[in-house]
Amino acid sequence: MMNALQATNEFLRLYWAPLLCGMAVVAILPLIAGYIVLVERKIMADMQARLGPMRVGPHGLLQPIADAVKLLIKEDIIPDNADKLVFWLAPVLSVGAALLSLAGLAIGPAFQIAQDINIGILFVVGISAMGIFGIVLGGWASNSHYSLMGALRSSAQLVSYETAAGMALVSALLLTGTLNIKSIVEAQSKEGIWFVLLAPVAFFTYLVASIAETNRAPFDLPEAESELVAGYMTEFSGFRWSLYFLAEYTNMIVVASVATTLFLGGWLRPFASVPWLNFLDFAPPVLIMAIAAYCVLRVPKQPTRVQQLFMLAVAGLCFVTALVLAVPVVLPIIKPSVREAVAPFYAGIHGGFWFIFKVSVYIYLFMWLRFTLPRYRFDQLMRLGWHFLIPLSIINVLLVGVALIVGAYFHLQGWGLLLVTTPAAILALLAAFFILAIEKGHDARQDQTATSDFYVG
Amino acid sequence: MLDKILFYFFAGVAVASAVLMVTRRNVVHSAIFLITALLATAGIFLQLRAEFLFIVQIILYVGGIMVLFIFVIMLVNLDVALQQIQFARQKWVALLVALALAGQVGLMFWSSRKMPGQGLPVLTAAAAEHLPANSEEVAKSLFGSYLLPFEIASVLLLVAMIGAVVMAKKRT
Repeated sequence: MMNALQATNEFLRLYWAPLLCGMAVVAILPLIAGYIVLVERKIMADMQARLGPMRVGPHGLLQPIADAVKLLIKEDIIPDNADKLVFWLAPVLSVGAALLSLAGLAIGPAFQIAQDINIGILFVVGISAMGIFGIVLGGWASNSHYSLMGALRSSAQLVSYETAAGMALVSALLLTGTLNIKSIVEAQSKEGIWFVLLAPVAFFTYLVASIAETNRAPFDLPEAESELVAGYMTEFSGFRWSLYFLAEYTNMIVVASVATTLFLGGWLRPFASVPWLNFLDFAPPVLIMAIAAYCVLRVPKQPTRVQQLFMLAVAGLCFVTALVLAVPVVLPIIKPSVREAVAPFYAGIHGGFWFIFKVSVYIYLFMWLRFTLPRYRFDQLMRLGWHFLIPLSIINVLLVGVALIVGAYFHLQGWGLLLVTTPAAILALLAAFFILAIEKGHDARQDQTATSDFYVG
Repeated sequence: MLDKILFYFFAGVAVASAVLMVTRRNVVHSAIFLITALLATAGIFLQLRAEFLFIVQIILYVGGIMVLFIFVIMLVNLDVALQQIQFARQKWVALLVALALAGQVGLMFWSSRKMPGQGLPVLTAAAAEHLPANSEEVAKSLFGSYLLPFEIASVLLLVAMIGAVVMAKKRT
């Protein structure tokens, strides 16, 4: 008993910081997911020339909280013939896997929950892939045809696109030679170039595969409402349903973070190694300040007193954030002697800003694609995965490897590597299109025996 | 101390879920318990500081193979399967094999008891910061000392993959 107590004590002494960070993430993440949903609705409204949610709070800023309250107090229905235990377990599995994979990510050089794990990126990818069990088991446990169809589609889709995503990761990892997340970003800072330029094909493959993996439009076949009601979520209601939603949005954050870390330079400022572009350090505080100023300008337009106050509060929040961001860049100018002391704060705060900024841009791209492209048919989805993306990513791995060997032979570094990687990317694309053309000819010849796919429904 | 607690926890979960996997009537429940058994094994790998094996276990077995298992199980009509006899007439063979295995394990434990310090290979775990980077070490030994077996295994897998494609292809 004494020993166990001692062990617990020792454990807490060693790991209190990661535990605290983990709890903070779990507590804050639903709020962030809620606001991503709000932003998504606002962007959708903007693209469709409407206003979107406007009632709760100014410009609908409190809508996520109202939604959360609604979901919490809704009736929770479990179908009579459902497998109760699995039905209960499935959404938890989905959310658990998504939240756990966040632990490996590094938001800035200072903030990482599981510090410096050797397998870094593999941990994130592997754990988040386990979320599929939540979908599959949830679909099966509901004992409904729509749910089962959605689950089957989802697992088939995930297994097909996982291969392409994995190969895309491999071709980016060839450039770094390490799995550790911090070392990956440091390698990009050392080369002075983001890997999206060195491995554009890998980035494209990962982008498409990550949309498919998070089950988002145009690849949202598992929850296609015109065919399957709501897919695997059909029988879920109330809070369980919102858990699935939370898992989906967390997964979006995870894939966006992985892409940011591997391809978009992680927490590095754009052109971090170019001295004459150092004025970009002032961009974050100025940007946030501009948002604050906009909020203040909009105050007189708000209809009620409460909404005006709320708008002012948002402006104040932005103002404080801008001040925090401004301190590490402005202080060294006023007093050059503190430059050394401020450096870690600068790296931490601005690193966090740039990381979150890039993740937001990636997620915005997701939404943009969602509202622009119509949904694929299931056989089209499978054909795109197996006949185009997987050959493309495999050829790309080979060619990136060859390009790196050639580059090492000529002692190319940084931007010079573009000389060898760009031809490799073009060659990979050409080869993949060639394979696609062959497949198309092949399919056209035996089109009479059209594949009446089981999953098409 | 912490290591021991973790080991017994994961080992307990692995053994318990393995037993449950065999005894459940419902195939999907069996699959879930197989997943927990595999995850617990991954946990033991992690406790031994074999991070790479931990994540490979999760990605390959849990994320890859088990998804395919469940995929197939869901296509099977469970009501029919439930009425069939789950254990075929291999009872006596199974008993014999299990006894032989139990004898082997028992013999090992017994002999290790006789020679303290020489029996079971008990390694004292090094502190995590003194260990070399795990995935790099695995890569070095795979592509260095064990290159030939590694290549043979990959050729074998390739042959199996081509075989699967040929068998799945429609006969025209």
